[in-house]
Amino acid sequence: MGFVHEFNKGIIKENPSFRLVLGICPTLAVTTSVENAIGMGLAATFVLLGSNIFISLLRNFIPDKVRIPSFIVIISTFVTITDLIMAAYAPDLHNALGIFIPLIVVNCIIMGRAEAFASKAPLGLSIADAVGMGTGFTLALVLIGSIRELFGNGTLLGFEVMFAGYPPAVIMILPPGAFLTMGLLLGLFNYISRRKAS
Amino acid sequence: MEHLFVIFFSVVVVNNFILAKFLGLCPFFGVSRELKSAFSMGLAVIFVMTIASMVTWSIYRYVLIPYEVRFLQTIVFILVIAALVQLVELFITKTSPVLQRVLGIYLPLITTNCAVLGVCLLNIKEDFNFIETVVHGIGGGVGFTLAICIMAGIRERLSVCRVPVPMQGFPISFIIGCLMALSFFGFQGFLTH
Repeated sequence: MGFVHEFNKGIIKENPSFRLVLGICPTLAVTTSVENAIGMGLAATFVLLGSNIFISLLRNFIPDKVRIPSFIVIISTFVTITDLIMAAYAPDLHNALGIFIPLIVVNCIIMGRAEAFASKAPLGLSIADAVGMGTGFTLALVLIGSIRELFGNGTLLGFEVMFAGYPPAVIMILPPGAFLTMGLLLGLFNYISRRKAS
Repeated sequence: MEHLFVIFFSVVVVNNFILAKFLGLCPFFGVSRELKSAFSMGLAVIFVMTIASMVTWSIYRYVLIPYEVRFLQTIVFILVIAALVQLVELFITKTSPVLQRVLGIYLPLITTNCAVLGVCLLNIKEDFNFIETVVHGIGGGVGFTLAICIMAGIRERLSVCRVPVPMQGFPISFIIGCLMALSFFGFQGFLTH
């Protein structure tokens, strides 16, 4: 039960998007490009880190019966901070992510980590857990975003990477493409883990 | 009158919350195994969405704007929704045992349903007046119910089909979601004309 273990588990073994299938709304909604995916991932990681730190520090002071409302207040405080900072320093990204920034409040990953981990664990481990889960979430978003941007637009991070004259499959950037990418990726990961197990 | 209908129609099929805006996906995949429970979930969402839209809009208009604390929007809305869901639950338990039996277990789940907070935020973002807000709230709920019921119907049929083992459960549900989104995409043309 070391820091390294808490950090690592979020990236592959308990990856919030692919293993636990939590927080799928932003995963599908904002991954139309790699840039948006990174922005969303970092915003969620920041909120997760802040809420995990505060909940872990306050875990002995919050009465058990009002813990959920207390968690919600702490999480939404950090969401508001993120929202305002992004509006001030990255207005384009803020516009692209739209209402999905305030919606980080109801992202099950953050509430889940608060309830399942930070409310029981000491500060250090909670930070490791937050950074690990946040990284896992960001990597998942970037993976989906890369696939959708590559096939839907022929670019990666805005750079032309497909051969010249590649006809973009616009459907990948539209909503159906998000469901398709996520479904096939989940199937692929299931297949790999079954092969490993047998 | 006409533009109210446009708002309603747009949010039910063209910009369906689940299939076009990706809001409320957790219950969409979680509570769609049986048609009956999907329909009850849908009713609960219509109910809460409509009331939450009205209450949060009024609070925004008559409390947050006059006191110039609009940045508290997120924190106030989520707390109001959480309190509202509890209140509705208490009220229903006292007054209508029938409704309680149908909606009972789904109401607590709705607090963390991002579609409810989403509809409240969109009402503000789109600058709707009170009537438009109500129509948007009801429409959002109806669209949600439509999508989750279709999904449940397909999944009930799917339980007798042979799905490749790695694709069982979530992956195939996402593929169904993709096909549904694709077919709902056909409605897109309505609004441009």
